[in-house]
Amino acid sequence: MRIELERRASASGLFSVVSPILALTLTLLSGALLFLMLGKDPLHALYSFFIDPLLEVWSLHELAIKAAPLILIAVGLSVCYRSNNWNIGAEGQFTIGAICGSILPVMVPQWHSPMVLPLMLLMGMLGGALYAGIPALLKTRFNTNEILTSLMLVYIAQLFLDWLTRGLWRDPKGFNFPQTVSFAPEAVLPELLESGRAHWSIVFALVAAVAIWFMMRFMLKGFEVTVLGRSERAGRFAGFSARRMVWFSMMLSGALAGLAGISEVSGSIGHLQPSISPGYGFTAIIVAFLGRLNPLGIIASGFVLALTYLGGEAAQLSIGVSDKVTRVFQGLILFFVLSCDTLILYRVRLIFGAGRNVEARS
Amino acid sequence: MSEAQVPEAATLLKVRGLTKYFGSFAACNGIDLSIAPGEIHALLGENGAGKSTLVKMLFGVLQPSDGEIVWGGKPVTIQSPGHARTLGIGMVFQHFSLFEALTVAENIALSLDPKIPLTKIAEEAKNLSRAYGLPLDPNAHVADLSVGERQRIEIVRALLQNPKLIILDEPTSVLTPQEADRLFETLFKLKAEGRSVLYISHRLEEVQRICDRATVLRHGKVTGACDPRQETPGSLARMMVGSDVAGVERAADTPLGDVLVDVKNLAVPARTPFAITLSGISMQVRAGEILAIAGVAGNGQGELFDALSGEYPVADDDAIRLCGKPVGRKGINGRRLLGAGFVPEERHGHAAVSDMALSDNLLLSRSQSDRKTFLSGGLANVIRHDVIRSIAKRICGEMDVRKSGDNPAAGSLSGGNLQKFIIGRELDRKPQVLIVNQPTWGVDAGAASRIRQALVDLARAGSAVVVISQDLDEIFEVATSIAVISEGRMSRPYAASELTLEKIGLLMGGVHDSTSRREAVHAH
Repeated sequence: MRIELERRASASGLFSVVSPILALTLTLLSGALLFLMLGKDPLHALYSFFIDPLLEVWSLHELAIKAAPLILIAVGLSVCYRSNNWNIGAEGQFTIGAICGSILPVMVPQWHSPMVLPLMLLMGMLGGALYAGIPALLKTRFNTNEILTSLMLVYIAQLFLDWLTRGLWRDPKGFNFPQTVSFAPEAVLPELLESGRAHWSIVFALVAAVAIWFMMRFMLKGFEVTVLGRSERAGRFAGFSARRMVWFSMMLSGALAGLAGISEVSGSIGHLQPSISPGYGFTAIIVAFLGRLNPLGIIASGFVLALTYLGGEAAQLSIGVSDKVTRVFQGLILFFVLSCDTLILYRVRLIFGAGRNVEARS
Repeated sequence: MSEAQVPEAATLLKVRGLTKYFGSFAACNGIDLSIAPGEIHALLGENGAGKSTLVKMLFGVLQPSDGEIVWGGKPVTIQSPGHARTLGIGMVFQHFSLFEALTVAENIALSLDPKIPLTKIAEEAKNLSRAYGLPLDPNAHVADLSVGERQRIEIVRALLQNPKLIILDEPTSVLTPQEADRLFETLFKLKAEGRSVLYISHRLEEVQRICDRATVLRHGKVTGACDPRQETPGSLARMMVGSDVAGVERAADTPLGDVLVDVKNLAVPARTPFAITLSGISMQVRAGEILAIAGVAGNGQGELFDALSGEYPVADDDAIRLCGKPVGRKGINGRRLLGAGFVPEERHGHAAVSDMALSDNLLLSRSQSDRKTFLSGGLANVIRHDVIRSIAKRICGEMDVRKSGDNPAAGSLSGGNLQKFIIGRELDRKPQVLIVNQPTWGVDAGAASRIRQALVDLARAGSAVVVISQDLDEIFEVATSIAVISEGRMSRPYAASELTLEKIGLLMGGVHDSTSRREAVHAH
């Protein structure tokens, strides 16, 4: 017996709807199996992982706080991926955005003005965009692979932040803790509601998602992104420039990652410290694909992945498992999403009988 | 039908009810075929008739969904190309699988047992190629060889396995008439040795000349088995196409107008190591004129199209003038704004994006030239999907594009229908200049005649048309003047009436003063 993937005549409408649901179901089943093997009650574990965090107001606020950077970054990445530019370094652009946005509150804390916050956000976006410009430059000038360069730049950014917070920017009155001075009140992103910590970054995320959705759906720029992503040669025939698209998509996603970075630091943390992200930039890759590179889908998938962060924390407390379980779940989701998506274009056939070779297809 | 002519015992290969499904589509449907030892058997059919699918099954590349293959009297399951070779089936594909950076001997070695030393392979290849009249230097790099020579590598590679049956997939589509003649001599030698040849083609004259029997396919089914010498080209064509094909109607005399395409001494350095360098290309095309540029594939046609279309602008602004304006350094949209339209050779991924809708593919080539109609919202450039959709519909109506659904993905159309849409997309603008590369490549006969008629009509209406084509029949059908491109250089344009097939063949082989250097065609 052998298993064969046979290409469908056209994409299956049924499976493009069913596939994400199937992927989440399989993730839950494997998660249950995992907990079972750890000797925990799987139902209780899944409940405290995925349901508990949704029952309290404060944790809904936390959900919004975690979802905001994921959505912001993933929306930018969706434009990159649709145009066939594989920016893997959003985590680094997030970090550099946070650093650039923090220049004002850290270096000129005595400047008090309502202009501080908007300037911080702009500088954060600019920092992220310029940092994403490095792989863009390397790709357009030297034809380097942006997957490698953008990924390597993540570690440079993280070590640079580490050095800043332990050295140059360390708060002199901070008892030698590796962190900067706390931001002044006008440098802090305000909270949205009285009831909890959720701040404006979730609004930025939703606005960015809708704006990018409009661009991709209705504007010539979005058309250009799609055409160049599908076929560079057809894009050239249309008069679109693949080089300019590398710059556009990388810098757009860099700017959004930078905005996410400074929003996180300004709204949730209140100062710079060596670790400012639980891997948002990498998790956003999963968010982008779970949302099928569609900005509206990304809003939904952003909340799902945010839940895995909260669930990981909750599971650590209530059932005493390592918070690494968050990463395991995120990995499972990505794995199942990508494999279930195969079913949209292919059907699985079991063939019984003679052991012939798997067919080559042209 | 065909079985009756060959006694059972003398059959080398027999195929019964062979069927291949791709999804629910039957590419081959109940094919019967038998080949006797020492015969040259033609497999005739239009593009998409199922010829390639059939031979891929015979060579073990694809597995049949149903039916039976009998080889030398025994039913076999051909599991892989390697298995096919050990059975004694060799194949020369239409698209060569050669590594350009390696030598001839190295390329041959790749398909053989890795233990055989390279020097031995080179020696054998040399002997074989001499014996069959296929001169070949085993130490030459493939990148330096002409297409005809590359084909010889494939043939020698197949012959080294000592096959009983050799399958050739459209071997002459890349050859000059003279190169084709040499190939035929080789085939006759093989036949004399008792080897069989399955010869796939859609060129009727060739098949009549060299083949003993023919099997005709249409829509995946056998529509006829015959002795091609007993048939007329017309009767063979009817079996292939299913109906008579309309000829192209030419205007008696179209008055010529201004020079709209003016290329002077165009030179383009090769962009990649394996591209062709263009040099000294000059042409003038007037309104009302169709200049056809003939040539064997891979002699710089693609590079010439890139330069003319502005996809890769050239350094000298004055080298190319369209509608009287220098455009050498302008991009493709700048040239479109002057009134030029372009149709590249490759439909999928160049002229059109396969998985985008037809309306999106309309926007693809006309986003700037028709920006007032297609876009709104000022700098935001909001796409007016409804307007574009209705124009796409109009184009489909005018060019008789057959499709399923209102606005399907370009990839779901057949080659001919997509090509009609792509040509119609440019004609709809009424371009003053139209530059087309291989307008009917891989297109069924009905669509091809529709497209050729459209090109003739456009010129008659006062536009200048440049047609780059490998298809000599097409060239004689549409052209008012003909130039030939070879190794990146182009001959002067001749009036279509001055040129014979033989003269074009010599020009295609690179001989520009044809009287004194005929022999040079075969040298190289």
